[in-house]
Amino acid sequence: MKSELLVTAIIFLLLFIKIGKGMKNELLLSLMQVLLLLNFIAGFFFNKTGNLFGDMFYTTPLIAFQKNILSLAVYFISLLCSDWFKKTGHLPEFFMLMLSALLGMFLMISSSNLLIFYLSLELATIPVAAMANFDLEKKRSSEGAMKMILSSAFSSGILLFGISLLYGSTGTISFPEITGQLDGSSMQILAFIFLVTAFAFKLSIVPFHLWTADVYEGSPMAVTSFLSVVSKGSVAFIFITVLYKMFQPMQDMWYTLLVILAIATMVIGNLFALRQQNIKRFLAFSSIAQVGFILVGISSNDYMGIAAVVYFVLIYVFSNLAAFGVAAVIAEHTSKENIDNYKGLYKTNPFLSWILAIALFSLAGVPPTAGFFGKLFLLTAGGAKAAYWFILVAALNMIISLYYYLRVVRAMFMDKNDSPVEPIKVSPIVKLALVICGAGIIMIGLLSWIFEYIKTLR
Amino acid sequence: MNLLLLIGAPLLTAVAVLFSRNKQQVKWISLLGSVVQIILAFALLFAFRQERAENNSAQMLFEQNHKLFDSLNINFHFGVDGISVAMILLTSLVVVAGVLVSWNIEKMTKEFYFLLLLLGLGAYGFFISLDLFILFFFLEISVIPKYLLIGIWGSGKKEYSANKLALMLMGGSALILVGMLGLYFIAGHSFDILSLSKTDIPIDIQNLLFPLLFVGFGVFTALFPLHTWVPDGHSSAPTAGSMFLAGISMKLGGYGCLRVATYLLPEGAKEYANIIIILSAIAILYGAFATMMQKDLKYINAYSSVSHVGFSLLGIGMLTQTAITGALMQMVSHGLMTALFFAVIGMVYDRTHTRMTGEMGGLMKVMPFISTVFFIVGLCSLGLPGFSGFVAEMTVFMGSWENADAFHRIATIAAAMSIVVTAVYILRATGQTMMGAIKNESHLQLKDAAWNEKLAAIILVAGILVIGIAPGWLNDLLRPAAEEIMNRIAGK
Repeated sequence: MKSELLVTAIIFLLLFIKIGKGMKNELLLSLMQVLLLLNFIAGFFFNKTGNLFGDMFYTTPLIAFQKNILSLAVYFISLLCSDWFKKTGHLPEFFMLMLSALLGMFLMISSSNLLIFYLSLELATIPVAAMANFDLEKKRSSEGAMKMILSSAFSSGILLFGISLLYGSTGTISFPEITGQLDGSSMQILAFIFLVTAFAFKLSIVPFHLWTADVYEGSPMAVTSFLSVVSKGSVAFIFITVLYKMFQPMQDMWYTLLVILAIATMVIGNLFALRQQNIKRFLAFSSIAQVGFILVGISSNDYMGIAAVVYFVLIYVFSNLAAFGVAAVIAEHTSKENIDNYKGLYKTNPFLSWILAIALFSLAGVPPTAGFFGKLFLLTAGGAKAAYWFILVAALNMIISLYYYLRVVRAMFMDKNDSPVEPIKVSPIVKLALVICGAGIIMIGLLSWIFEYIKTLR
Repeated sequence: MNLLLLIGAPLLTAVAVLFSRNKQQVKWISLLGSVVQIILAFALLFAFRQERAENNSAQMLFEQNHKLFDSLNINFHFGVDGISVAMILLTSLVVVAGVLVSWNIEKMTKEFYFLLLLLGLGAYGFFISLDLFILFFFLEISVIPKYLLIGIWGSGKKEYSANKLALMLMGGSALILVGMLGLYFIAGHSFDILSLSKTDIPIDIQNLLFPLLFVGFGVFTALFPLHTWVPDGHSSAPTAGSMFLAGISMKLGGYGCLRVATYLLPEGAKEYANIIIILSAIAILYGAFATMMQKDLKYINAYSSVSHVGFSLLGIGMLTQTAITGALMQMVSHGLMTALFFAVIGMVYDRTHTRMTGEMGGLMKVMPFISTVFFIVGLCSLGLPGFSGFVAEMTVFMGSWENADAFHRIATIAAAMSIVVTAVYILRATGQTMMGAIKNESHLQLKDAAWNEKLAAIILVAGILVIGIAPGWLNDLLRPAAEEIMNRIAGK
């Protein structure tokens, strides 16, 4: 409960600042950065295990660690998008919304009851839709927010339908009690499918991915990175819990389902990413493909699967935020978002180019970056059932993804351009964050104790 | 000897290069680092021979095991046998030669040397790894440097070639990855080559995994018909890049085919041996005939590489001790030879700014040193006695002949016939470029090799000659290791 209370305290602080005299953007931003850092550090201390509110809420060291990953990601976002934050009006509101969403995610990961799960999922979604609309003068931003709110309302409806069916057939809304009541009747299967559909919407699993690219493209870069990393990560965590704990009796069924969804998600995500011109859309489809890989890991149904997914999300935080961070810097200074604009970037901005290249190599899973270890462990987890063809399909997808990640690298390092992006003076704080991300990408894989630590968490 | 030094030295050099201030520093640090690597490689050779002379008959020497991902049983398990030592020697020679011939690189010097050293680092790590996961890690490390080296510093259709190379090699890696994970689960969660080699793997699993691993590593070493990245990649790469690609990187594939696919899955190897033989015989002949049609010097060497590497795959497919020893010798010999060939082609190109044989002529008169080296490498390529090529190919043929049935005989004869074709294209290329009258007046002003080029050429020529004249020591190094592999295949 501690992490939730901390986030709530920060939200209230923001509220007081807002209704009080207000603050200059720079000062508020620095304050938030400090507070979020403290929030992240505090996540490592005084972690208790236990249940609250009549077993509706529970926490374990593993869940505490997952929350820490999300806090870290939010902290990085507050650093990486400083340039945009400084310019935007309504900064306190933005942080209030972002932290409310984070609070929702914390509650969601910890939930052990369908009711609180649904409530927290809504709390995690609706503020993000408001955030997506934050480039107030841009039409695309509003369009993205509209798409987001409609699709999430739709998925919430499906989720509620599934919940009601599940309640109807089992007579309870608590996760552990439902597990005992599952007998594989057709009503329960229907309920299960509705639940998975709702998760698929949030995780943008094919064929429920259609909102992703448009929302990513329209939203401000800070929101896009929040959506692609924090949102995805938190839903992946609770998805594991729901599958591994609640639907454990139906594991044969969801294994097949996951295999199909994983292959569809990887293939479609990768194929669509091939032709994208806008860097945000490009990263949107690449993140869809990455979710496909996460599903491969989830399919293993043991602690290796959990560890691999948590580890992968941790690496994904660093790699994807580094990529978005560079894109944000370039977009903020030149308002250029196309991959073609990145041609010849290395000549003018070697630092940004290297960070982006390292991030993309990590996303592609090429060593020595951490992404290599992350992807390999996901495949190792998925391969435990000896479905070699499944692993082969995943591995072949890594080739396709390498092709499009290399496209950006090629544009930056090899292609010639008469009017490349001018040399950008990166502000110290953004530079620091990018360096931390770059160093993290290289070090996390080689510091094997991180994975070993995650593997021991229960 | 501590094997970690072999990874530490290049890593340290690469980091030092990254932090150096100007081009001069970059060059000298790289040279110093690569000389240290040569010293380490020779120290390893002598230490290894010393141990063997003292009757230390352990399969792997200087073993060390550091835990990495303990819960997954992934360890930094290092150790060397004769094969690894030979490959490490080859790597260190090619690295120093590569550093020397790139002395005049002007464009992004620091990045160039950094990537070059990283490529070498991957090779050292690969050859000493006894853990499949770590082996795979080092194999994959070299993908980025290769891509960037070709794409940034290359010539011709460099972007296309770089992409093709990266994607095809990644495809090979994907197959290796699946085969590797299969082995991991079959053997009860172990990536360790030594313990895998003692596991009994069911025959149907071997038949399933062998093609994955062999074809996967085969892509790296130009297994027909997956050789198509070789001509494009080699001809587009900068000189040192071609040298590294052909001299070192292709050997990673051959080493993997032998050490991982054949050694760990002997039943699978027996099952598919005939297909390997057919494919490599085709590669040998096809490569040779394709070379005849080439007019670009780099393409000539690239296609002839396909042909020459075919001999090492043929040797592996023959599954006799002599043939495998020959295959390994061919890897070392071809590594030295092809690196030298690319170095010389680079030197010629730097001066004449053309690689077309038809536009050159009479270069012997203006640059005697380069032309002489060109001759030597040509003669080595066509297998003249006294050079390493002869020793290696002869051993492969002798080993192949030990299989007495008609199929193996025919394949051997077909492969042997390629030597005639090799002679044709090598002699024609040397004749057109080096002999006769000078075709282009501007070539009269060309200068002969500079000190760095001379040094690079001399190092590699020395390697070729030492193996050619006194192959005994290499044989002593490789034969016991090949015997170990044969024992596993014979089921002892």
